[in-house]
Amino acid sequence: MTRSAGARSAHRRPAVTKLGDPRGLVGWLFVAPALVFYAVFVLRPTVLTFQYSLYEWNGIGASTWVGLANYGKVFTDPDLSDSLVNAFQLIVFFSAIPVVLGLAIAATIRRIAASRLALVARTVLFLPQVIPLVAAGIAWSWLLASTGVINQLLSIIGLGGVTRAWLGDFATALPAVGMIGAWVLLGLCTLLLLAGMSKIDPALYEAARLDGAGPWREFVSITVPSLRQEIAVCVTVTVIAALSSFDIIYIATQGGPGNTTMVPGLQIFYLAFSEREVGMASALAVVLMVLVIACALPIQWFAKDGNR
Amino acid sequence: MITAGREAWTGRLLLILMMAVTLLPFLSLFVTALHPSGTYPAGLAWPDDPQWDNFLRAFEAANMGELLKSSVLIVLGVVPVSILLGTMAGFAIGHLRVIGGRVIFLLFVLGLTLPFEGIITPLYYQIRDMGLLNTRWAIILPLIGLFMPFSVFWMRAHFVNMPGELSESARMDGANVWQLFRRIHVPLAMPAISSLGILLFLWTWNQFLLAIVLVDDPAKRTMSGALGAFQGQWGTDIPLLCAGSLLILTPTLVIFLIFQRHFVKALLQGSLKG
Repeated sequence: MTRSAGARSAHRRPAVTKLGDPRGLVGWLFVAPALVFYAVFVLRPTVLTFQYSLYEWNGIGASTWVGLANYGKVFTDPDLSDSLVNAFQLIVFFSAIPVVLGLAIAATIRRIAASRLALVARTVLFLPQVIPLVAAGIAWSWLLASTGVINQLLSIIGLGGVTRAWLGDFATALPAVGMIGAWVLLGLCTLLLLAGMSKIDPALYEAARLDGAGPWREFVSITVPSLRQEIAVCVTVTVIAALSSFDIIYIATQGGPGNTTMVPGLQIFYLAFSEREVGMASALAVVLMVLVIACALPIQWFAKDGNR
Repeated sequence: MITAGREAWTGRLLLILMMAVTLLPFLSLFVTALHPSGTYPAGLAWPDDPQWDNFLRAFEAANMGELLKSSVLIVLGVVPVSILLGTMAGFAIGHLRVIGGRVIFLLFVLGLTLPFEGIITPLYYQIRDMGLLNTRWAIILPLIGLFMPFSVFWMRAHFVNMPGELSESARMDGANVWQLFRRIHVPLAMPAISSLGILLFLWTWNQFLLAIVLVDDPAKRTMSGALGAFQGQWGTDIPLLCAGSLLILTPTLVIFLIFQRHFVKALLQGSLKG
């Protein structure tokens, strides 16, 4: 242990060094069970997904090596590539709406933080986050049905002309499914942003007020920039939710009408378990995993310059 | 803080509107569930003759008693084991700093954002070859593995901040590593452990994909998985479906309302970390 590195190495040094070195075998005994479960039920299937993706296989008989042909189909067969396009369109609803609306709501709650309304709102807005997505899907399917509440409300305000079966209409099914996702994710984003706002130094706001800044100016120049990290987290979490959506769509539309709400997660499920196209399902799965990682990486960078 | 009249009132209005939108689906489920079974109620209308026994019928039709038992069994299989293994690994990587721990940690982090759909196909064949299809083990064992990246990540973040002196003095007193873990560190980690427990409970209870792919018998699934089957079976009887959905979402709702603070805190920290 040398002088210059003394402070740092004292910090990084193992807590205990004597008696059956816990950094070696003993320590590994603590890691091993977790690693075994992870290896058997995550790492092995991940590797197999890559392997399957290079074969044509119906899950039962012999498999044929096809190289990258399955990947070619993922990007050229409209049924498959459309599901990727749909997933990206869902990002607008799953991500943009909750983040933008969440910012507005959080700013409002912060302003009246002490009131009972603010407390109730925090609880109520969070409810969708704890119920099963399947239940959200069923509730909204009924709301959006042709005799559902949404159409009833539209008729009341004189918009009877636009009523329809929202989830069954080619033009509206995807946005309708997107709204369900926005409904689920809004509460989480609101609370995350609210937590971030409570860490902002109030002196900043006082200074801005003294400089004559209005609430909008304050929001744009202080609140939003200070929330960079929280916004990044919200975006990442919701984008991943959009890309890997399954439960809501399985329940609400099964990917229909036509293919308008088909997403990669559901397509993998159909390919693998209904159409017995295991190779194609796996190629799409690999593409999905790569996309999610590509979108999730930024969170690691943002987390790094946080306070940990 | 600042309460310039008009500002505050538009704010309040926005909050009330958003709360109404959030509650609307629940309200719609509830009102619809009270209509005579087999009818198509139009929108939000209080029924002339509320059929409270729809809930009872849905309870029986969905085999709710069995489902509750099944979900509880699955949670009991997943959560304690995930916590124990995650805590042990987090302790070794974050506090003992095992040799190669950095690499292992990176390996776990790799799985942090993995969508379950990505590996469900090989998982199916693996579970089939293990002879576990259609048993609760088909949900329990993979979930433990799938939750491991997050559990290890979460617990490591706790142990990384524990001072080394704590362990050194315990070691002076002759404690071995297991005693050190069991007697000193686990009690100190209780807040982190209970937050992790809440998250894992929620994710297990609401797990859908694994349930419908790996278990055919709805009575052996999680509640959410069974709801999928219930929808297939009762999809045309809207009031009964609504009553069933309400029953199925009630347990998490009740538990959320009881442990509200912990839930919110755990979920917020969870997304910040994950």
